[in-house]
Amino acid sequence: MARKEKVIQTIFSAVDELNKQLPKEKQLEKSVDTVLFGSSSELDSLGLVDLILATEQRIEEEFESIITLASEKAMSQKKSPFRTIDTFAEYICFLLDEDRHA
Amino acid sequence: MHKVQVILITGTSKGIGKYLAHYYIEKGYQVIGCSRRTVNYKLDNYRHFCLDVTDEREVKRMFAEIRKTYKRMDVLINNAGIASMNHILLTPLKTVKEIFGTNFFGTFLYSREAAKLMRRNKCGRIVNFTTVAVPLKLEGEAIYASSKAAIITLTQILARELAEYNITVNAVGPTPIKTDLIRSLPDEKIISLIQRQAIKRFGEFRDVSNVIDFFLKPESDFITGQVIFLGGV
Repeated sequence: MARKEKVIQTIFSAVDELNKQLPKEKQLEKSVDTVLFGSSSELDSLGLVDLILATEQRIEEEFESIITLASEKAMSQKKSPFRTIDTFAEYICFLLDEDRHA
Repeated sequence: MHKVQVILITGTSKGIGKYLAHYYIEKGYQVIGCSRRTVNYKLDNYRHFCLDVTDEREVKRMFAEIRKTYKRMDVLINNAGIASMNHILLTPLKTVKEIFGTNFFGTFLYSREAAKLMRRNKCGRIVNFTTVAVPLKLEGEAIYASSKAAIITLTQILARELAEYNITVNAVGPTPIKTDLIRSLPDEKIISLIQRQAIKRFGEFRDVSNVIDFFLKPESDFITGQVIFLGGV
């Protein structure tokens, strides 16, 4: 499995965990186009924090890598790596590369 | 089934941290300690990590190991700290960075990582260390006191941000205690400092653990964002 695909699957498993805590109408769809941040997202800010932290933990375990999914651009509508599941996966791949070269 | 509570204490190689490690083992906790150097003691239910509290990768690696082994963290005591006394005009920037690194950045880093673990159980206690040098505004301690003042603000805001997860964040502010931290200070400076306390004596280790015990009590789950200074300062 290509690395980005593996990252996406890892995010999906974090989405599964998060969905268990959400009412049916608020649950996130497991799609790369799912919006995580902004007015069209189903998630509130604490839900986004929960998803990011659940993903961080899973990525560390799955890839045996130490990364921090915090970002100064997190709350920027245009640049946030958390805009969609796809941009989130791209950002994680970038951090995994950085970690490998650290 | 009652699970053993896991407590992480920073700076356990000497002084208050070493005392607290022994004290909480006696109380039945699984104690995890850390410091730059190895410790000169070996105890059951104690595990030590050698690292620099400002090294984000090392700190995260330690927390990953704790998560894997214990799957929980109940208490974090951010005890590690360094002090330096100097007039502002004679203080190198390097010293400022070192003091803020250990005292403030370390406290931030550990609090962030501990909160990630604590939120899973929706329960946790974080206890930070400040100092009476903050309210007393001691000359010669501008940088040390500033780093500890930053910890007060961090404590009060984290208390609000982490309340959602039932994590309390409080701080204890000791008076001078006879440890390495004050070894380099002139005697007359220490005596004049103690004279400004309501109760004019050196602090003892037990004075510190008494305040921490109060913060850790199950009944203290409505106590957060508070700073308790010893000695009536």
